Parts: sequence; C-alpha cells; structure tokens
Amino acid sequence: MQQKVFVLTIAGLTMLATGFAAKKPKPAAATALSAPKIPQMTDDQKALHALNRLTFGPRPGDLEQVKQLGVHQWIEQQLQPDSIPENPILLAKLAPLDTLQMSTGAMLQKYPSPQMIKQIIDGKLPLPSTDDPLTRAAVQTAIARYEQKKRADDAAQAPNPDPSAAAPPMPADRMPAGRITKEMFNSLPLDADQKSDLLNGTQQTRLDLLASLPDDKLVAVLEALPPQIRNRLANAGPPALRRRVEILNTPMQVVNRDLTEGKLLRAIYSSRQLDEVLSDFWFNHFNVYLDKGADRFMITSYERDVIRPHVLGKFKDLLLATAESPAMLFYLDNWESVSDNAPARPNAPADRKRQGLNENYGRELMELHTLGVDGGYTQLDVTEVARCFTGWTIRQPQQGGGFFFNPRMHDPGEKHVLGVAIPAGGGIEDGLKVIDILAQSPATAHFIAKSLAIRFVSDNPPDALVDKMAATFSATDGDLREVMRTMFNADEFWAAANFRAKLKSPLEMVVSAVRAVNGDVDTAVQMVQLMNTLGEPLYRKQEPTGYTNRGGDWLNSASLLARMNFANTLAQGKIGGVKVDLAQFSGDTAQIEHNILLADASPASQSAIQAGIGEAPQKQPTGPMVAGLTLGSPDFQRR
Amino acid sequence: MPISRRIFLRDSAIAMIGVGTSPLWLERAALAVNSTAATGQRRKVLVAIFQRGAADGLNIVVPHGEQRYYDLRPTISIPRPIAGIAKEDSVIDLDGMFGLHPSLASLKPLWDRQQLAIVHAAGSPDPTRSHFDAQDYMESGTPGLKATSDGWLNRALLPADGKPSPVRAVSLGPTLPRAMRGTNDAVAVENLNSFNVRDAAAAKSLEAMYAGTGDQVLNGTGRATFEAVALLQSLQKTPYQPADGAKYPAGRFGDSLRQIAQMIKADVGVEVAFADLGGWDHHAQEVGPKASVGQLANRLTEFGDSLAAFYRDLGDRMEDVVVVTMSEFGRTAKENGDRGTDHGHANAMFVMGGPVQGGKVYGKWPGLAPEQLYESRDLALTTDFRDVLGEAVYSHLGNRQIAQVFPGYAGGANKFKGYLRA
Repeated sequence: MQQKVFVLTIAGLTMLATGFAAKKPKPAAATALSAPKIPQMTDDQKALHALNRLTFGPRPGDLEQVKQLGVHQWIEQQLQPDSIPENPILLAKLAPLDTLQMSTGAMLQKYPSPQMIKQIIDGKLPLPSTDDPLTRAAVQTAIARYEQKKRADDAAQAPNPDPSAAAPPMPADRMPAGRITKEMFNSLPLDADQKSDLLNGTQQTRLDLLASLPDDKLVAVLEALPPQIRNRLANAGPPALRRRVEILNTPMQVVNRDLTEGKLLRAIYSSRQLDEVLSDFWFNHFNVYLDKGADRFMITSYERDVIRPHVLGKFKDLLLATAESPAMLFYLDNWESVSDNAPARPNAPADRKRQGLNENYGRELMELHTLGVDGGYTQLDVTEVARCFTGWTIRQPQQGGGFFFNPRMHDPGEKHVLGVAIPAGGGIEDGLKVIDILAQSPATAHFIAKSLAIRFVSDNPPDALVDKMAATFSATDGDLREVMRTMFNADEFWAAANFRAKLKSPLEMVVSAVRAVNGDVDTAVQMVQLMNTLGEPLYRKQEPTGYTNRGGDWLNSASLLARMNFANTLAQGKIGGVKVDLAQFSGDTAQIEHNILLADASPASQSAIQAGIGEAPQKQPTGPMVAGLTLGSPDFQRR
Repeated sequence: MPISRRIFLRDSAIAMIGVGTSPLWLERAALAVNSTAATGQRRKVLVAIFQRGAADGLNIVVPHGEQRYYDLRPTISIPRPIAGIAKEDSVIDLDGMFGLHPSLASLKPLWDRQQLAIVHAAGSPDPTRSHFDAQDYMESGTPGLKATSDGWLNRALLPADGKPSPVRAVSLGPTLPRAMRGTNDAVAVENLNSFNVRDAAAAKSLEAMYAGTGDQVLNGTGRATFEAVALLQSLQKTPYQPADGAKYPAGRFGDSLRQIAQMIKADVGVEVAFADLGGWDHHAQEVGPKASVGQLANRLTEFGDSLAAFYRDLGDRMEDVVVVTMSEFGRTAKENGDRGTDHGHANAMFVMGGPVQGGKVYGKWPGLAPEQLYESRDLALTTDFRDVLGEAVYSHLGNRQIAQVFPGYAGGANKFKGYLRA
C-alpha cells in the first residue's frame, strides 16, 4: 500500500511539473520499487495500436504518417483536435445535411415535428412562414400524411390523442408507383419540350432538365412525379437533388437521416479521429434515445452543443451541460418531475392535474453518469436527488424550447444527499450542489476512469491503470484530457497482450472496413440500415446505459454473419452509396491482405483464402474476393 | 389420464381440434418421460420471454378485488368490469380477485382452456432497482452476484446425447443475451431468411478461416455459427406459413415468436429459446385516458397477440412447449406524479403451454396495505423467480440438477408452485 501511494505521487508531481510532455514518463519510479514490468509492444506495434485505439481504423497511409511523426507526437496532436485542420472532404459531404447546423427551434420551423403538425392542423400554431417552396411542400406533405394516418387510426378505433406521446410512423406514400398518369403529366408546370424530355428523355436528359428549373418549378415537378421515378432520379442525381427528394418523401425523417448519416461520415472522414471516438463514447455514457418523443429533434443540438464541446474538457462541465439539456431532461422525464408539495395547476388538463416526483433522472444520474451502481448511494439518495432537480425543466419541449428553471415545480424543503445537508430554499442551487458533490466524488473518478479504460484499453482493465487514471481525475478536478494522457502514457496501455486484443463493435467494424479500403461514401443511408442488422442502431439504444464498451459483448452468430456479408459486399463495391476502387485489390494475395490488416494475415486465414481463390469461378477477379475475405476474417474483427 | 383440454370453441379467436380423440396426442402422453432423448425428435422446448424495462405487473394482472389498488392508483388503475365502462377498457376478470388488462384479451381463451397460468408477486429478492443490474441478475440466475458470466437458460440444458443440434439454444435478435451465454453453444438469429453467408464462394473460406483461427473466442462462435447456418438452410427455401390462420402482429416481437415456432415445427432440435420485448419502463403516461389506450395498452396488445398467435401456430406441438415470461422487477404500487410508475419489486410471471395446469393464479398474494408493501412502496415478493423457472427446467426439460442451474440457491422441488402437470 505504501509503495502504491509513492508511485502515484511521483506520477502526479511529474505531470504537474512538466506540464505533461508528450514523452512517456520514465519507468524509473517503477524500477526503484521493483514493480513487475508489463511486457510492452514493439515500436512498430505501438504505431498500429495507437491508430487502432484512438481512431475508427487506419486508412492506407496512416501508419506511415504516425511513424514519421512519432507515436506520442501523433497522440498529443489528436488530444488537441482544434489544432488539426478538418478534412475538407468531410466538410463538403456534411454541408447538405443542413439540420446538423441548426438550433432545435430553427429545425422545427423548417421541418415541423408531428406534434407541431397537429397543432398547425388544430390552428394552434401558424404555418411556418417561408419563401422556400421546398419547405412549404414538405410541410404540406407532412400535413396530408398526418391527416391520412389519423383517418386510418380513427377507422381502426385506436386513437392516440395525447400530443406528447411518441409520433405515429408516417405511412407509405399512396401515389401509384412507377407511372406518370395523364392528369399528372398535364398538370406539370412545364412547356411542351420540357414535358417531352421528361417523358421520353434519357436519365441524363431528365436530370439536366431538373437542374435547369427554378426552385418552385422543380419542387412542383418532383411532387407530381410518382415516388419510384422520383427516387430513381434522385439516386442518379447530384446530392442537392437527392436531398430535395428525401425531404419530399419523408420530411419527418430528415433530422434522423442527417444525424445518422452525419455520424458515419464523421467517423469515416474526420481527421480529428480521437475527437470522434470520444464523442461516440460520451454520447453513449450520457445516452439519450432518438425515438422517444421530442428527443427525436433534440438530439442534434445535444450532440453538437452539449457533448462534443466537452469531451476533452472538465467532466463537471459536461455533467452540468447534460443535466440542463432538453434532450436529457426529456429522456429521463425530469422535465415533468414536480415536487410532491407543489400546488396543483388549476388550469392544467385533467390528466395533468395530479403531478409529482419522478425519480428516473435522479437514479440514472448517480448509477450511470457519475458514481456507478456500486458507488455507495441509497434509494433515499435517489429520492433526495430527484427532489433537488424538481423545477429543472424545458420551455415548450415540443417546439424546441430550451432549459428553464421553474420555481413553482421545485421542492423547496431541506434535502440530504450522500450525507451532505442541502438547506431549504436553495432553488436551482440544489441541483447545482448535487452536480458538484457527484463530480467531486472519488467514486465518480473511479467509474469514469474504468469506463474509459474499458473502451480504450481492455474489456477487463487492470486495477492499477484505473487507479492511476482516477487519481489524475481527482487531482485535476476532472480534466478529461489529462485523464486520457495518463492512460496513453501508462505501461498498461502499451502492454504486448493488448495488441489487437479488443473485439470491434459493429460501428468500429463497419467504419474501419470502409476506411481500410478508402471507400468513397456518396450517401451513408444504406450503411445506417446495416447498423441495425449488426446490432448497433445509431442513436437508438433505448436504455440509458448506452451501448457497451466491452467488445466481447457484441459477439454472436447473427452479428458475425452480418459482418461477413457486409465485408464481402463492400469489397465488391456493392454497398449502396459507397464506391470502392476495385483496382486497389491488385497484386498478390498476401499484399492485399497486408494492405488491409497492416500486418500479415494469420496462417489459417492465409490458407483458407488461398483455397477460396482456387475454387472461385474463373471469370471472377480474385482481388475483391480476397479483400472481402480479409475484411470478414477473424483477424479483422480485432483492433 | 387427464381430460383433454382441447375444447372446440366455435366463436373463439383460437379454434382447436377435436375432443381428445387424436391418437397422436394420446400416444405422446403415454410416452411422456423426462428425458429429451426419449421423445426422439419431439424435444421438450422451453421458451423464455423477457419484458425489458420493468413491466407493471399490477396493471397487467390487476388485483381488482383489493380496493387499495384503486386507492393507490387514482388515475392509472384499470377499472373493474362494471356497468358503464366499456369491456375493452376494463379488467378481464379471471377469478374474482385478479383480472387481465383488457389489451390481453387474446390470452383469455388460453386461460379458459387452462393452458395459461400466472404466478403473482414473483421475482428477484435482490433489492436493486437498477434495470441493468436486475436484468443481469435475472438472466444469470444469480441475484446479487456480479461475477457470474453465464446464464440460467444455457445451464438448463442437459448434457447432449450424441451430437447436439447446433440450434439447441437459440435467441432471436441481433444480440445474444446473458441468459443464453455459457458452455453450450447458443446462436443468435436476427432473421432466419438471412441467416447465412450470401456469397456461396466466400462461405467456405470464411468457415475455414474461423475453424482454423487460434483466436479461441472467434473460433468457437464461428464454428457454432456455421453449423447453425447449415442446419437452418432448409428453412430458408420456402416462405413460412403459420398454421391454423395464426396471425402474428407486425413488429419485432411477433417476428421473433413466429421464427421460434417455425424452428420448433421444423424439428431442427431447438430446446431452449429466448426472445425479448422492450419498452415497458413507463415512468410517465403509462395509461392513456382509457385503459385500452396508451403505452401499456400498446405493449400488451403486441405481447398478448404474439403469444396467442404462437400458441395457435404451434397447435399440437404446444404439448411439448412451455413459455415463461419475466421482467427484471415490477413497479411502484402507488402511481407517481406523471401518470406513471417508478421502479418496484415483485411482478407477475406468465406460464403457457400444453403441460401447464392453467386457469389459476399461483403464489401467495401479499396484499397492498402499507405494512404489506416492500420498503413501503412496492409489491412484496412471495415467490422467488428461480422457483418458477426451476420448475420448468426440472419438470419440463427434465434437468434435475437445479442447484447447478441456479448456483447458490437453496430452493428445490418442494418450493415449486406445481403449475406443471406431474
């Protein structure tokens, strides 16, 4: 015990004194105390290991770049994402996904939610004022669909009149598929030549015509076309056209699609890879569920404004930001948690007259966000914490309102949380005090350290490493960048046993595969669908635990088959929306394998692939087949 | 010989075949022994269903005979079946004390036919109210112990006689749940129709790669996967038609049960199966303005209709099948301030199948008076979930080593409720 304290203190002093240089701290302290040395990776392995763990997978050329710069230099760079110029290809691909840059309010103006559509229909909200014919068309489509669904629901005698319940799924478009009818044709706002082009021209002629039209005419034409023809044109056309069609088809889905596509695009293309990996980690840690009611349109802002800015900052800032976020307040029901002592609202509708305390957030705040389930809180603490957070609510959640503290919902009494007395009359300070207590708790330091270690180091990280990271957390007031540094400088991180030891999650498998073959992603829609089959639907983990950080938890037969099928289809260039240059799979088999794995394939894989080529039909080029088998091999499933 | 329970119900949603005249049925009953081998290909099957999110047992199997239930839940209780309230919005009475939520109407015929039993106030004795931990404990079968890495359903399998079917243990969905993890091979099937490597040329190489890899974990999963693929190939040739007009509701749960039924009927060797259904965590707006409307009603419609379709689809084969349902814990006896409920303790479990002595609510009802509640807030526990699951494992699957299936548990056959025919 005495020795352990000594080591930690030395490490702490070193950190503070040197301002944390990029070099590994000398193992002098360890040798002096005869602590058993952990066998370390070779330098070559370290470069690949750094890429495997800090990114979503190396691309061709990445390994050379890291070696040239020096592993620790490169890590230090990744720890300062703002110092890395972002990939212009990524920025270009994200540009059309306009909701990603919008505030919740602005997003709802352009793409009204089902709840807002209902209010528009009921006359409680005006139609969004807009000059954009596309927005007008999208809103009208949404209204028409909503009314259609309502008629169907009424007929089936299963109404769901509660406006704050989850939105009904939009029904398939009822227009006749595939054919332009005569009435439709005649109603198009085009002259005779244009109409002829549309009806009889080649795909390219049609696309040229559409490109030539002013916005309102374009929208009118698109609206008039049957969905099949419209979609075929969209798939062949430029991104701008595709987006217009997407908006017309399913205006409610635009926000979802931007989010899920955006996430895949960033994981694949961002130069700030560690930042991306950490954004994924912290979103999972502070998980919210896309399909829960209003969260549908609050997650864009949540991820962009609440999670991402804090991933390398102070934990308490991140914690507070999530506590105040409409997304979390809604997801864990705190927005409607009311003090049991609050007066009944006289004008509230009947089903809301009786309101009271909701413990959901109070519990998960301690169990999942900070202390961990073994962190030493009791059921009483859960209730007391819930009382502290009464009043933390959202202004008009269904219309994109923000956080506000409502004193009339707040429980003004005295509370006791984890042995700390919180005096009466604290108002919003009660919740802030709880955040402070939790952020500073050693249990939190330990829980966060362990979660990070599981994600980055091992499914079962050594206690010594977790303790080191927790100590840094506590010593630096929860500075996450420093905690990451401690981890990347630890012998445990570079232990030889850790090399390619972690099983990839579905997200890691898909993205690393696309990166390994330099896939050119035109649209990520199909890959988003694939994530469902692989067991990791993006933004759709229903439980607040978020997706697991343990690689081993992902492995099962269904998932394995899905990975193999994906690998094969990708290597053939047949994943919809992803172009793969098949010419890169030339040269001998061993070379193709090596390029993808950045190491030699295992003997078993090599011989199996060799046998496979031998049996392949003669006409089939073997390069893509080898690549597909490599991506689906046991070798590629680990990082 | 017990009287046949196969009563022809003319107008019921589930019409069954004749009155105990089927010679096959009699023959099977005569041959009924506990060894899975004795029935040849007609193995005993145990299907475990997990309602994830802490289903509200008090609103699912409603103690309408106890006034306190209504006092504790002034706005979200399910009304008694009295004049003035529509049938679909009030409790379906079962025995004068308990009733089913109206959205479980499709299960009433099974109750009447005594193929459906309920164990109330059942669950895990562990005090945790963490979804994550409680589900883990219920699936590992060792409440309170975090170190257990495998699950009760995997341990429930008897040592295989001869070469075990690669799909003895099958779970529906893209993840393999804890309950199914263990030394016996278990496969997760997301969709039977796509359970293969699409490219035939690649399939052989992939199989060889995984068979030959030194990576033990991937080797094991790979081998189990490819064996299952080979076996399930035959099911992919023709589209499946549920028998007897059974109609599974659209959605993942209905799909799961349909595929389990398909596999059972195809005699591919399924012995234990698992499916789950989420969305039960109703902290707010659990019940709509009427009982037939809202989140719980929607969940129960899907739940009940899927189970009823499964029953109908299996027909004769239900003789060999027991379905048991569970949820990690129940919900608070008193409603909260948001027309919802918070995490509770004891819950209601369903058991359904040919060998079930149904039409009865088993277990001791602890009551809802303040001093009778667990920690003054939840339904108290009077039956350990391991007694319910244990009886199915012991009497239906024929695995007598209950202590190994539920390590550390002091229960035994004397604690069984007796919901299965001896």
